[in-house]
Amino acid sequence: MPVIKFFRQRPQLTLLLLAVLLAVLPFLVGAGLGKSWIRVLDFALLYVLLALGLNIVVGYAGLLDLGYIAFYALGAYLYAWLASPHFGLHLPFWAVLPIGALLAGLFGVLLGAPTLRLRGDYLAIVTLGFGEIIRIFMNNLNAPVNITNGPQGMNLIDPIAFGDFTFKGTHHFFGIAFSSAHLYYYLFLGFVLLAMLIALRLQDSRIGRAWAAIREDEVAAAAMGINTRNVKLLAFAMGATFGGLAGGLFAAFQGFISPESFGLMESIMILCMIVLGGMGNIPGVILGAVLLTVLPEALRYLGDAQRALLGHVALDPADLRMLLFGVALILMMLFRPEGLLPSRRRQRELHPEDGPGEQASLYDSRG
Amino acid sequence: MSLLAVKGLKIHYGGIQAVRGIDLEVEEGELVCLIGANGAGKSSTLKGIVGLEPHTGEVRYAGASLRGRPTHRIAAAGVALVPEGRGIFPRLTVAENLAMGAYTRRDQAAVRADLDHVYDLFPRLLERRQQTAGLLSGGEQQMLAIGRALMSRPRLLLLDEPSMGLAPLMVQKIYETIQRVAREGVTILLVEQNAHLALKVSSRGYVMESGAITLSGPSAELAADPQVRAAYLGESI
Repeated sequence: MPVIKFFRQRPQLTLLLLAVLLAVLPFLVGAGLGKSWIRVLDFALLYVLLALGLNIVVGYAGLLDLGYIAFYALGAYLYAWLASPHFGLHLPFWAVLPIGALLAGLFGVLLGAPTLRLRGDYLAIVTLGFGEIIRIFMNNLNAPVNITNGPQGMNLIDPIAFGDFTFKGTHHFFGIAFSSAHLYYYLFLGFVLLAMLIALRLQDSRIGRAWAAIREDEVAAAAMGINTRNVKLLAFAMGATFGGLAGGLFAAFQGFISPESFGLMESIMILCMIVLGGMGNIPGVILGAVLLTVLPEALRYLGDAQRALLGHVALDPADLRMLLFGVALILMMLFRPEGLLPSRRRQRELHPEDGPGEQASLYDSRG
Repeated sequence: MSLLAVKGLKIHYGGIQAVRGIDLEVEEGELVCLIGANGAGKSSTLKGIVGLEPHTGEVRYAGASLRGRPTHRIAAAGVALVPEGRGIFPRLTVAENLAMGAYTRRDQAAVRADLDHVYDLFPRLLERRQQTAGLLSGGEQQMLAIGRALMSRPRLLLLDEPSMGLAPLMVQKIYETIQRVAREGVTILLVEQNAHLALKVSSRGYVMESGAITLSGPSAELAADPQVRAAYLGESI
């Protein structure tokens, strides 16, 4: 396509345009679609963070983790414990977020250690169980000592604050009004960019190659001199750290958390994001996360449309949502199993016939 | 002192004894073969040596016991296994597969030299170096598996059935390369069902049957042994 070619040839211009677009996006969205959509944007960024983390475990290292949301829950609950009236603690976010990320990373290792010998389906079942255990703990740890406040969840969680400047309410800079949702957008965007950078660097690192090797053939990987145990634990820990960080941000952003937010469906949704977008490929993972966050919100309009047309809601959009997701995923598996934006590697594997671009480089310099 | 000395190696899967206490030695610079029928315990023996199967008995490499050493450390010490079924990384390119072979090495200049050497041994891999390894033919995959093992600059190369499933012409090519690698000074323990070929290229051999070594000696003698001829070389007595 000529448009894509135009931007390909001008990387600096593309980057600049992208930066400007990302900077003004919440204002565009707020003006065009309404204020509630800025919050959708915030959630999209949180999910991008989660998807990037899960992508390390599933996409890079090939370890199917169905309990990933547990790390998100741990990060969120830790934030709530250390920064809410529940225990009367109000630690600053810059202290709480790293602790939450580290705690989640530690739990990643705790989950990883006993599952080192498991692969594929077996690993999926154990991780699924782990995710549910964490959720059930959060649901029931309100007696005899009230740690999590049970199903009611915890509220009045402190927002992100730099000294006296809190992310609650509207602030004015240069005569422009920044709502809380705007502020979180920029904060989350910053974390997403950082996470992207880390994920990209990891992919091309020695450790990234080791992950690729154990994903492909664990026995051969060990025979290459790769310490498969440590490398797998590191994948669990890194992925979990991203999840814990996102959880802390989520708690601060919402001001309220309850076990309901951390169900199995959430784990599956994040997995869908990376599968849909293109496992292992960072732009694909981001696209998948944004699509699957934005689409359900857009589907809400189907309810309004039904009300306008029929006078009542015949099909609940929430049900319709799962149906459409199911159909979309089946269609994906049939026609584009490598995801919307696959990594070159996966593309090569699933569509070997359209790889003429590779021929040209065959005879250039060695190595 | 032998480079590899196996004493009383036993491996069992559940109740089944796959390897029943075998002794085996490989001297530095030798090409030794371990032949036997399917299911005799040859592959299990190799896996035991590199620590991929839990075992009892003693495995000594370069004078040191490998007891309790994890596979990756045995590999880093210079033992390269070309596993049965090749064990290439199918979704990585040929070049990436070869790079994985040098995973433990830090001497980049020497790694590049070894890469050139591997491409020299297998010009086919150079032609296909940007291709996904899973799309290579069986013979090319075997070349890749051997090339990848050589990238670690091994002192001891363990080859598990390199002829398996390959066309005769390809088998011949692979074997020519194995001999060349041996001449270049790499010690090789070759596991094969194809006794004829294995005995032709090796200097000594062991015959394995139902988990035990039944015969051993210089390859020429084994090839002349009436029992071996009847059982493995397809000749009637």
